[in-house]
Amino acid sequence: MGKIKIEHVTKVFGKNTSAALKLVEQRVEKTAILEKTGATVGVYDANLEIEEGEIFVIMGLSGSGKSTLIRLLNRLINPTSGSIYIDGQDVTKLSKKQLQEVRRKKMSMVFQNFGLFPHKTILQNTEYGLEVRNISKEERQMKAEKALQNAGLLPYKDQYPSQLSGGMQQRVGLARALANDPEILLMDEAFSALDPLIRKEMQDELLELQANVQKTIVFITHDLNEALRIGDRIAIMKDGQIMQVGTGEEILTNPANEYVRNFLEDVDRSKVLTAEHAMVRPKTINIENDGPKVALQRMKEDAVSVLLVVDRHRNFKGYITADDALEISKRGYKDINTILKTDMPVVEPTMLIQDILPIISDSPTPVAVVLDGRLKGVLIRGVIIEALASSTQEVNEHE
Amino acid sequence: MNNFSPIPIDDYVETAMGWLTDTFSGLFKAVQNNGEDLMNGLTSLLTAIPPFVFILVVAVLAFVATGKKFGLAIFSILGLLLVYNQELWEELMQTFTLVLFSSLIAIIIGIPLGILMSKNNWVEEMVKPILDFMQTMPGFVYLIPAVAFFGIGVVPGVFASVIFALPPTVRFTNLGIRQVPKELVEAADSYGSTANQKLFKVELPLAKSTIMAGINQTVLLSLSMVVIASMIGAPGLGREVLSALQRAQVGNGFVAGLCLVIFAIIVDRLTQSFNKKKY
Ligand SMILES: Nc1ncnc2c1ncn2[C@@H]1O[C@H](COP(=O)(O)OP(=O)(O)O)[C@@H](O)[C@H]1O
Ligand SMILES: [Mg+2]
Repeated sequence: MGKIKIEHVTKVFGKNTSAALKLVEQRVEKTAILEKTGATVGVYDANLEIEEGEIFVIMGLSGSGKSTLIRLLNRLINPTSGSIYIDGQDVTKLSKKQLQEVRRKKMSMVFQNFGLFPHKTILQNTEYGLEVRNISKEERQMKAEKALQNAGLLPYKDQYPSQLSGGMQQRVGLARALANDPEILLMDEAFSALDPLIRKEMQDELLELQANVQKTIVFITHDLNEALRIGDRIAIMKDGQIMQVGTGEEILTNPANEYVRNFLEDVDRSKVLTAEHAMVRPKTINIENDGPKVALQRMKEDAVSVLLVVDRHRNFKGYITADDALEISKRGYKDINTILKTDMPVVEPTMLIQDILPIISDSPTPVAVVLDGRLKGVLIRGVIIEALASSTQEVNEHE
Repeated sequence: MNNFSPIPIDDYVETAMGWLTDTFSGLFKAVQNNGEDLMNGLTSLLTAIPPFVFILVVAVLAFVATGKKFGLAIFSILGLLLVYNQELWEELMQTFTLVLFSSLIAIIIGIPLGILMSKNNWVEEMVKPILDFMQTMPGFVYLIPAVAFFGIGVVPGVFASVIFALPPTVRFTNLGIRQVPKELVEAADSYGSTANQKLFKVELPLAKSTIMAGINQTVLLSLSMVVIASMIGAPGLGREVLSALQRAQVGNGFVAGLCLVIFAIIVDRLTQSFNKKKY
């Protein structure tokens, strides 16, 4: 038997659950059920078996019941009917105390918006799961510090969550979950709120982690690329029902029905390379704080001749070159506004690479990727060509 | 042409009050006597402190609580010196005792009630209209049961003030806890917190600034009852205002009123400054 087994699990939100259940059996549409009974079907007749040590991904459009399903596993939401077995034990039958015990020892959750407590420091946040188990202060501090150490966040332990970037906050979210040493990790869109570059890094870190510690991970996403990248197996949900379960390969080559086929095509269309996929982390300088000396130092460190200029809020301002910085530095000027150049082409993250190619080949500089004024990344000619080459390769491999 | 005789609501109420006062007369008497002693004791204690020491302590407290700023500290020194100069120091201490007791009792009742309300929709539905009722009623009205239960003096004054000042603390506690983001409540639950752990480690700390705003309002409301409570014999600055009013002594009334305002401003700013976010 699998680590987690879900049998005929249904969740109906609202009062008139039995009437709603009857209508679901008659295959009445979800919206029609809501109109007739006022009840919302969150999950309907879900059956799943998740094996120990796998990363199991649940995919589906917004409102398809992914969050509800994952919350049924630790009973943040109680099922209307059905059984949920964890290591053979039916969690729907547990008493309050037993449920607390399972939540404390067996599984930990990572949240879309990180779910960190703003009034607690990073260390206190990481300790939380151990603290509620009444583990002694020394021991929980030691374990939490170790978890933070593994995440490379120990130096930040006395800061508050609001002082950290999104990516770092989610590393803390993950460290908090791991400090408990649970067997199961529940991750609800854990990376969805992060910038694409950080997101990729986090996916890599999760895979590396999994190679080392072998947890059973239930991971929710609405992004097919993410699902294919990290999932051992993938389940696709629609309107509270599970449409298909299989490996990425199986689902891509053999969609169970029309819905899955359309769903994959929809996602595939967006999978065509965009600026977001090919951009790299920009080397930047802050126009409000930094002067030409800092700029030159940074260019030397990173071996580049151009720095992108941003303000405190990462709003894109333009760029400066090494020659200009050297010039004003010699003359003793401090303000890099005087050498700021603004003729760098700007594109949005969703712009297709094929449309960017003519822009970048005409431009003497790299191309900035900007969303709502904020600098997201930078496109460099060599990297784009590389990305194009590897994506054609991937497509060929699939065929 | 009224063919119906009026429904004798007044009689019903009187009967009910009569029953209450008779049945609990022992309790009311005990509360009256002990309460009076306790509050007089505190007032004598406060009056025994040399005014200059008292003023210094308030100034230091103001300086520290406002984040090492001089404004409130200087205001407190000048304002309290004026009260002393007007020979209203003892009255100020009586008012202080009254406000302190009413606010403390309102907070001790209000926070648990607010917590209960936030945890249970049914309780919320029940308590909300009562709070609305309590807040729309003019403060004078509470003097009637206060006198019926406790006679006259400082204890019925506190009783009326507590009822009048209670609603904001209850409301804001309920609101503050219900406003804690859902994801944080889920995080607390998903790590296996007990209900108490969740309340004390997550919900109350996150609701703290909202609750403090409610407490600030409660303190100010109980202060606004000071003059009204003096109508049933509560001592203090309120009584000075009232007696000036009754004798049409504009000058005296102004001075006592000014002292009340000075006290109100210090109390308001101090309770607000305890509400600083650190994260
Ligand atoms: N607490 C709730 N009360 C009522 N309806 C809910 C509740 N939570 C979720 N739903 C409904 O259940 C359905 C599934 O929601 P959810 O599981 O959050 O979807 P997903 O995570 O896939 O976007 C939606 O139609 C949503 O409106
Ligand atoms: Mg969701």
